[in-house]
Order: sequence, then structure tokens, then C-alpha cells
Amino acid sequence: MTPNAPRYLKETPSQTAGPYVHIGLAPEAAGLRAVGRPLAGDPAAPGCPGRRIAVEGVVLDGTGTPLRDALIEVWQADHMGRHRHPEDPRANEVDPRFRGFGRVCAGFEDGLWRFETVKPGPVPWPGGGLQAPHITFWIVARGINMGLHTRMYFGDEPEANAADPLLAMIEQPSRRETLISRPEPDPGGGPTVHRFEIRLQGPLETVFLDV
Amino acid sequence: MSTPHDYLPRDPAWRTPAFAPFYKTTVHRAPRAPLLSLRNTLSEITGPVFGHDDIGPLDNDLIRNYAQDGEPVGERIILHGRVLDENARPVPGALIEIWQANAAGRYRHRNDRYLAPLDPNFGGCGRTLADDEGRYAFRTIKPGPYPWGNDSNSWRPAHVHVSVFGRAFAQRLITQLYFEGDPLIPRCPIVRTLPDPAGVELLTARLDMNAAIPFDCLAYRFDIVLRGRRATPFENRPEGT
Repeated sequence: MTPNAPRYLKETPSQTAGPYVHIGLAPEAAGLRAVGRPLAGDPAAPGCPGRRIAVEGVVLDGTGTPLRDALIEVWQADHMGRHRHPEDPRANEVDPRFRGFGRVCAGFEDGLWRFETVKPGPVPWPGGGLQAPHITFWIVARGINMGLHTRMYFGDEPEANAADPLLAMIEQPSRRETLISRPEPDPGGGPTVHRFEIRLQGPLETVFLDV
Repeated sequence: MSTPHDYLPRDPAWRTPAFAPFYKTTVHRAPRAPLLSLRNTLSEITGPVFGHDDIGPLDNDLIRNYAQDGEPVGERIILHGRVLDENARPVPGALIEIWQANAAGRYRHRNDRYLAPLDPNFGGCGRTLADDEGRYAFRTIKPGPYPWGNDSNSWRPAHVHVSVFGRAFAQRLITQLYFEGDPLIPRCPIVRTLPDPAGVELLTARLDMNAAIPFDCLAYRFDIVLRGRRATPFENRPEGT
């Protein structure tokens, strides 16, 4: 090899997480007694500053059947739009109870998944401007060869969504709607529930991202 | 502050395609619309950071982390390697999580009904953090092949599932590790989802006699490559920076 020549490696290729992904990433769900402490639950522990919300939904295949073996990871900014990560210039202002990372499993019976968190604030777009509040999703399962990236935006933020640079990149307005939650305010004053269906395939297919 | 550089875009010819009809479950689970490509934003160049508080002392030792009244049955092996990026730089602090079947090909999962028995001393789950040079190691039992309902006689090669977090959510990766010389590898529909035979080579762990412990266990070497960062000599610079 030529000395000092740039050396590039190929990325390790992706393979499906398979039906037993829970053993490694959510051992309690698989039926294992805990091996080590759980790495992730909800992105924001109770008591975090910010407006408390719940997010729930199902992942549907091309026939409309819920996936009962999907595992979803979420990543988000805190209520002021700050990430708990060294490359966020405001990372040291983030409340220690806020992690920003969560992991949830689809229910083995009904495919329903749910997590609680705080509503994120807007975050910068490269080159200027702001992105509307959103939560990043990453979905793996049997039959998914490579984890699918997408985002959930909030149905109760119509003005911010209308100005969001990523949503504006989606050519068809009807496809933008696939990334927007349906908020269901709790009449009892509990956290607003944001419903978010992820459709892997078909006429209402969710927009997936090559990030 | 200068804008942090994007991660290198994924090569479409190298990426594992979503739709691979010979792996039947992909048929109804593969998106049909193209992915929306975008430059990285702060949402993608950040990601969860894990520390030693997240890892218990036995978490990377599958021979001991589920032992009830003895050690698991099977071929004792060390699995080790480095986590690097596409620029061949180590990724310190990467979190590696693995899961696998036992020596007989049975998973400790409520949905696995294969007739091969569970091993009372084997759970099949481990995790560790890469050190400052990107090195990681597990001790485990070599998993057995496993039949599955794809074709009427489909068997997975011996494999270990590997999940990796680098520094950014854009680097997130789940893959599978196979073992050198296994004749089931070229017959497997899941392996055959890889578009390039060179990719199969990268997923094949090599027997590493130098890392074996005499009279104790053999070793396999498996290096992991995550996306690297773009480092362009001339960069578009937004006005005013």
C-alpha cells in the first residue's frame, strides 16, 4: 500500500435484527431475567422540565397488519431544543434527568408501542433557520434488512411544521402528512397522547429518510 | 463555531436493499417509495452517549452472565475486534450489544419453539464499550445453526447478532456475524440480501489462533466499520462564518 495514501474502509453491511432482537436490546421483554441494567426506557425521566407527552402507535406492514416483533429507538432534543451530546453547543444546559434516547418494543399481542417523554423544542437547520419540533425514530424488525430512519412531527404545531425545511423537501404534500402525529388531549389534564402510525408499505407509506 | 461535517453518505450499491423476495418477510415489510435523502442536521450527528455506568462487570461474558449452577455447554470462544470508521479511525466508547442462540441453535426467547433444548446456564445476551483504541471483546459459546420458516428447509448459519452505537444516530447499525468456513453461509437467504460478495466477507469472523487461550477457548476476530465523517479540503462556507 502507498504510504500516506488515504485509506477508506467499507461500512459493515446491515443485516436484519431478526425476530429475537429483544434478547439483546430488551432482555426483559424476551423473558430473560435482567442481564445487566436496562440501557434505555423513556427518553425523559419523570420530573424533567418541559411539557409531558405520551407517544403511541403501531408499525403496519404492506397488508395493514401490525408488526408484533418490531423494536423502535427514539432520539430527541429536550424542551429547549438541546441534545445531550458533546456536539451540541448547549449540551451542558440539559437537565440530567433528560437522556433523549428511548427504546420501545411493539406489544407481542397487539403490536402497540408507547413511550412517555417531554415535547422537544425546535433545533437548528444547517446553514440557518429552525426545524419544527420532532422526534427521530429508528425501526428494526424481522424482514427489515436495514434500520429505517424517520421522524415524527407534532400535529399541534401547524405553523412550525409549515416552515420546516425537511417537510418542505417532500414533493407530495400528502406524503408530508405521514410524518405528523394526531394529538389527543386528555380531558382529565393528563399528558397529551400523540398517535403515530408507521406504515412500511402501501398508499399511505411513511416517508423514510436516508440521513 | 464551524459547522460539523456530515457523515459520509451511504453507497447505494453497497447498502443492503429493503426488498429481497427470497427472504420472504421482506416482501410486505420493504418500503416501495425511495428514501428521502438529506444532509445531516444536529438530530443525526448527535446520539446517545453510553458510559461505564451502563455496563456491569459480567456483561461481556456470556459464559458467566447467566450461569445458574455451572457453565454453558458448547465451544468456548472469544469474539473480539475493533470498531473503526470509514476513515480507518477507531471509535472509542462505541456500545456493542450482541445476542445469539445457544450451542444447539435455540434462543432464550418466548417466541422460539424449536425442539432443541435451552441451556440452563446460557442467556445469550451481552454488551460492552469499545476502549480508547476501539477494541472490544466478548467471551461466549459458539452458536449452533437454526432452522426457520422461509423455504421448507432453510437453516441459518451459525451467527451472532451485533448492534452498534457510534457517536451519532446516523451511524446506528445492526448486523450479523458469521463464522469462517461455514457451508451454510452461501445458502442463506438473509446472507444473500447483501448485494456485494465482498460484504459477506466483511461479516465473516476469522479464526484467530493468536487470541485463543490454550486449553481454554478459541478466538474469532470481527472488525466493525461505522460511517466516517466527510473531510473535504474545500468546504462550502455559509456567509459570515
